[in-house]
Amino acid sequence: MAEAVLETRGLRKAFGALQATDDVSISLRAGEIHAIIGPNGAGKSTLIAQISGALAPDAGQVMLGGRDVTGLPVQARARAGLARTFQISQLAMEDTVLQNVALGALGAQGRPFGMFRPALRDRAIRDRAEAALERVGLAGQAAMRTAELSHGERRKLEVAVALTLDPRAFVMDEPMAGLGTEGSAQLTDFLDGLRAQAPILLVEHDMDAVFALADRVSVLVYGRVIASGTVEDIRRDRAVRDAYLGDET
Amino acid sequence: MTRETLFNLAVLAGLVALPLYAHLADEPFTITLATRAVILSLAAVGLNMALGIGGLVSLGHAVFFGIGGYAMGILAFHAQNYMPLMETPFLIEGTKSMPLIWLAAVVASALAALVIGLLSLRTSGVYFIMITLAFGQMFYYFAISWSAYGGEDGMSIYVRNGFPGLNTLVPIQFYGLCLAALVLALGFNGALARSRFGLALNAARQVPERVRAVGLDPFRLRLVAFTISGAITGLAGALFADLNRFVSPTMFSWQLSGEFIVFIIIGGTARLFGPVVGACLFVVLEHYIGGWSDYWHIWFGLLLLGIVLFGRGGVIGLIAGKARAHG
Repeated sequence: MAEAVLETRGLRKAFGALQATDDVSISLRAGEIHAIIGPNGAGKSTLIAQISGALAPDAGQVMLGGRDVTGLPVQARARAGLARTFQISQLAMEDTVLQNVALGALGAQGRPFGMFRPALRDRAIRDRAEAALERVGLAGQAAMRTAELSHGERRKLEVAVALTLDPRAFVMDEPMAGLGTEGSAQLTDFLDGLRAQAPILLVEHDMDAVFALADRVSVLVYGRVIASGTVEDIRRDRAVRDAYLGDET
Repeated sequence: MTRETLFNLAVLAGLVALPLYAHLADEPFTITLATRAVILSLAAVGLNMALGIGGLVSLGHAVFFGIGGYAMGILAFHAQNYMPLMETPFLIEGTKSMPLIWLAAVVASALAALVIGLLSLRTSGVYFIMITLAFGQMFYYFAISWSAYGGEDGMSIYVRNGFPGLNTLVPIQFYGLCLAALVLALGFNGALARSRFGLALNAARQVPERVRAVGLDPFRLRLVAFTISGAITGLAGALFADLNRFVSPTMFSWQLSGEFIVFIIIGGTARLFGPVVGACLFVVLEHYIGGWSDYWHIWFGLLLLGIVLFGRGGVIGLIAGKARAHG
């Protein structure tokens, strides 16, 4: 078995009496898409927050590339190769589309204190930013103000910013949220190709996308992984059907 | 060229032409008034680097203005009394040289900004405003009780400090120095807004979560911005003290901090020339309306109210239209 790129070991997090994350151990191997599904309130967002570093777990570890990153803040994990996208787009709305991806390129380069030369005249930053826009199909919108983008285009820009980081692993929090059928299908195709570059931990509600993309699926209910396996295993699992999937299978 | 750029150039041309005319017409008081406007502009340009791009509403920027003022006051005080500033462990004497005084003012206010920033930038919003205000009050009361340097009465410096090759007692020459400092600060601010640092700081104001997610630390970005901002306002303080040849605790007052913010809002937040337009307008109104009535602040307040309610982009917004995304 290939070594896990990203792994959680026995993560626990409680808010008062509520056990939001209960002994969660999952792994993400090179080349795969591992989907995390579960009903609302199952603790998916809490799990993502612990993996990305926004929230400290009560117990357990987060490993990235074999290194324990549990004690590192968000920005250090990003520099270590973890790129996340947000469920609710986190974009600088006043800035242009190009500036938003340039910020990612700047972060990847890691030298943010230059104060004299224009950032967008830096070849390295500009090339990286434009390449990412090209890949998600937003090259034509580069000069637009981000606030003028449609919801679907903003979702693509979220992914483009993550691409500029050239990470070891992606963590995507509901990238399909709010997309129509066509938008979902497009993004599904795109993510399908992306797994070759870096594995994706995908939290998603859109079951069509999950079943089309996932190499493995883990089901989270009340903070606990109740089942884990291939799409076929999960479809057949009685506990999962009772708890979550219902008629969707 | 955008309308805003044209407007900015017109403002700059006015700042060159008006005092030159006053010089030829032998109206030194007008030059003094213009010098006051330019120095207050410089102080507000300093604040605008933190407030405009970084979104850091500091209600304590008079701290740095005052530190700059006292750096000048203390160094010149020791020089005019032929009394060294300290003798151990090494000798430091007072000085009447502007470049040295500016260096001291910039270094001291940058250090103060670094320390205040380290403590206050862990908070945001109203808490940040309150903490910076609290620091302002601390410095204000410290200056009042610092009797070695005049305490509440402040101290007078009898002769304006010197600059190599210039006679700073000639109003137009001192004005030229101040204008040069303002133009340099504006040039730096303009470059910074488009630089990597500006890009990151601007994003840290809008979406700090995103900035962290790409591997940058918003706290460090803000701290650097706050320190630079304090240093520039400190330089303005040293010039202001030299203009009046007088330093007093009022340079630390929170009212002054508030006025810096008002300059920026009136001119246009995050506009390069916003603080300049605001400060010039303030000085002009203070002089002319202040001549009719002691209660001129009421009229100034009405102007501010009108701009906040109806012209969100400040005076520059009204004249030059909506801000363009930096390209």
